[in-house]
Amino acid sequence: MNDLLAARSQMGMSLAFHIIFAVVGIGMPLLMVMAERRWLTTGDGVYLELAKRWAKGTAIMFAVGAVSGTVLSFELGLLWPQFMEFAGPIFGMPFSLEGFAFFVEAIFLGIYLYGWERLPGRAHLSAGIVVAVSGALSGIFVVIANAWMNTPTGFTMLDGRPTDIDPIAAIFNPAALTQTIHMTIAAYAATGFAVAGIHAILLLRKPGNAFHRRALTIALLVGGPAALLQPLSGDRSAKMVARYQPAKLAAMEAHFRTESAAPLIIGGIPDQESGQTRYAIRIPYMLSVLAHGDPQAEVTGLDRVPRDEWPNVLLVHLSFQVMVGLGAFMIVFAAWAAWLAWRRVDFAEHRGFLRGVALATPMGFLAVEAGWMVTELGRQPWIIHGVMRTADAVTPMPGLVVPFLFFTLLYCLLTVAVVWLMYRQIAKSPSAEDWQRIYTPVPRDA
Amino acid sequence: MPELSPALLIAVTLVVALAAYLVMGGADFGGGVWDLFATGPRRRRQRALIAESIGPIWEANHVWLILAVVLLFVCFPPVFARLSVALHIPLTLMLVGIVLRGSAFTFRTYDSQSDQVQRRWGLLFSWASLVTPVLLGVVAGTIATGDVPVRPSGTFIEAYVHPWLRPFPLAIGVLALSLCAYLAAVYLTVETDDPDLQDDFRVRAFGAGIGVFVAAMVALVLARRAVPLVWQGLTESAWAPGYQVVVGGLALLTFAALWQRRYRMARVAAPVQAVLILGGWVLCQYPYLVPPDLTIAAAAAPAATLQLVLAALLLGFVVLVPSLFYLFRIFKSRPQRV
Repeated sequence: MNDLLAARSQMGMSLAFHIIFAVVGIGMPLLMVMAERRWLTTGDGVYLELAKRWAKGTAIMFAVGAVSGTVLSFELGLLWPQFMEFAGPIFGMPFSLEGFAFFVEAIFLGIYLYGWERLPGRAHLSAGIVVAVSGALSGIFVVIANAWMNTPTGFTMLDGRPTDIDPIAAIFNPAALTQTIHMTIAAYAATGFAVAGIHAILLLRKPGNAFHRRALTIALLVGGPAALLQPLSGDRSAKMVARYQPAKLAAMEAHFRTESAAPLIIGGIPDQESGQTRYAIRIPYMLSVLAHGDPQAEVTGLDRVPRDEWPNVLLVHLSFQVMVGLGAFMIVFAAWAAWLAWRRVDFAEHRGFLRGVALATPMGFLAVEAGWMVTELGRQPWIIHGVMRTADAVTPMPGLVVPFLFFTLLYCLLTVAVVWLMYRQIAKSPSAEDWQRIYTPVPRDA
Repeated sequence: MPELSPALLIAVTLVVALAAYLVMGGADFGGGVWDLFATGPRRRRQRALIAESIGPIWEANHVWLILAVVLLFVCFPPVFARLSVALHIPLTLMLVGIVLRGSAFTFRTYDSQSDQVQRRWGLLFSWASLVTPVLLGVVAGTIATGDVPVRPSGTFIEAYVHPWLRPFPLAIGVLALSLCAYLAAVYLTVETDDPDLQDDFRVRAFGAGIGVFVAAMVALVLARRAVPLVWQGLTESAWAPGYQVVVGGLALLTFAALWQRRYRMARVAAPVQAVLILGGWVLCQYPYLVPPDLTIAAAAAPAATLQLVLAALLLGFVVLVPSLFYLFRIFKSRPQRV
C-alpha cells in the first residue's frame, strides 16, 4: 500500500467512523427532547424513561463523535498539509463557526445530562433544544466546508497561489445549500429509522410493550417525514452535480458517452476500459430529465473528461445505486407508516410493518456511508475540484500505513464497545424494577 | 508596543484558548491522573468525586483545543502545515490519548454494571489522561526549541523523531503533566465539603506543586544550552525579574493557602500561576509562532480572512461566555455529594 493510498484510506475510514456519531448527534437530541416534551405535557413516566435513555445514548454517541471529530480536525493537517495551507484561509470560516456551535452543543449537553435534578423542567427541556439546534448547525457548517471542496469559490488563482480571497463567497459556494440540506435530512432519516427499527425488533419479541410502542412512534415521526423529503433534495443535488461536476455525475450514472436524450442506467457493472455497463436497466430520456429537467438535454459523459481525471466509475456508480436503493426502501416504509396512521391502524401491532421497519434499521446509515462514498470518491482525483489533486496534497511523511492500521484497529474496538453499551443501556426492554420506577409519580416542572 | 493588527489579536485569542484549555481541560486530564493514583481508605470516594466533578464539563472544556486548532489552520496555515508534518508522531499519539480518555470515561459513566468492567474502563481513562498532557507538552516544548524542520530531511529518525524526542521537550511534557495534576488537586479541594477528602487532595496538590517546580527548574537548566530563546527570555529580558517575582509569589501564595486550608484562595491562585507559566513561554518567543522564521506576521492569512474570523470570534464569544458561565454556575456553585 503506497502512502497516498494509506492516507486516503485513513481519512476515509476516519470519516466513515465519525459520520455515524455525527449523524446520531444531530438526530438523537431531537428524539430526546420530543420524549421529554411529551413527558412534561402528559405526565406519562414512560416518556421520561425514554428521554433519559435517549439522553444516555446521545451522551455516549456524542462523546465518541467529539473525540473522533478532534482526530479529523488534526488529520486534515497530518495527512493533507499542502491542502490545508492552501485552503485554510479560504474555506476555514465555516470551521470557526462550527467551533462555536460545537462549544454550545457540548455546554448544553453537559447541562442536560447532569441537570435532571438541578434544573426546573422547562429550563431542562430548553437546554435539550439548544443541543438539538447547535448539533444540526455544527453538521451544516462542516458540510459547507466539504461543499467548497466540490465547488470551490472565493479566490482567484495567480501563479499557482490563491489571491483575492473572499471567505464569504467561499461559504456561499454553489453546492453548499443542496449539500447541507441533503445531509441534514439524511441525519434525521438515518437516526429515526435506526431507532424505529431497533424498537420494532423489540416489539416483535414483546408485543404491546408500552416502552417500545412510544419509542417507535417518536422515531417514525422523525425518520418518516425526512425519508419522504429526501428525494426532492436528492433531485436538487443531482442537478447541481450535473452542472458543476459533470465527471462525478457521469461516474454516478455510469454515463460514458456524451449524448442527448440520455437514458438512466440503473444497476449494472460499469467497465472503465470498454466504456460499457453490463446487466443494467435503461430508462429512456430519464437521465436528461433528472440532470437538466429536459428529456432532450445533452448530458456530458466521461468521454469529455480527460482520462486521468476520471473517478473510479465502478465504485462511484455502485455506491450511488446503493444509496438510492436504500432511500427508496425507506420511502416505502415511511409512506406505509403514514398510510397506517391515516387509516388509524395501530402500526405497533402490525407485524408485517414491524418486520419491514426492523429490516430498515441499518439502512439510513448505510445510505449515508454510500452517499459520502459518492461525493468523496466522485471528486477524485481532486481534493479541491479542478484546483488541487489529492496526490499533491499528501504529507511527505512515510510509513502512513502504520497510523492507518492503528486507527482502524482502535475504531473497530470502539465500535464493539459502543454497540454493546447501546444495547445494554438504551435499547433493552425495561426490567420489572424499571417499570416500578417508571410508574412511580415524579413531580413535573418545578 | 506592537501594533494591534488583526493577526496579533487572533494570535492573542489563540493563546487565550490554549490558556483556557490548560486551566479547564488540563485539570480534567489531571483528574484522570488522580483516578489512577487513588489510594488509601477513601479511594472509591476520591474516584467518585473526580467523576462527578469532570462529568458535566469535560466535553465543553475539550472544545478549547478544537478552537485553537481551527484558529491555527484558518489564520496561520503555514504553522499548522509545518507542525502537522514534523510532529506527526507525537500529535497522532496525543490523538489516540484524547480518543481513549474521552470514550473510556463516557463508557465507564454509562456502563456501571459490575466493578470489574468499570475498573477496566477506569484504567484506560486514567492512563490516557496521564499520557495525553505529556504529549501536548512535548509538542509545545519542541516548538520552543526552534528546531521544527522546515522540510524534513535525512533518515526517518532524524526527520520525524529526533526533533521532539529530546530532553527539553520531554521536560516540558513532564511539566505539563505536573501542572494538570496540580490544578486538578487544587480544584478538587473545593469540590467537596468532606474534610478528609479535602485533605487527600491537599496532600496531592503539594506533591504535584513540587513536581511543577522541579520540572520547571530542569527545563530551565536544559534551556540554557538547548533553547536560547527561552533561556534569554526568562533570565535576561527586561520583563524577566518582574515575571519571576510574580510567578514565584503566586506559587508561594497557593502553597500558603493550601497549608492554611484556605482552599478557595488556592483555587484562584493556582490557575493564574499556570496561565503565567504558559504566558512566559509565549513572551519568550514573541513574535514567533514557530521559531526561527514563522512570525505572526509572516504566517498570517490574508486580511479578508483575518477580519472575518475576528468578527466571528466576537460573535462567538458573545454566545460562549454566558453559556459557559451558566454551565459552571449550575455545577460548580456548591460541593458535589459523593
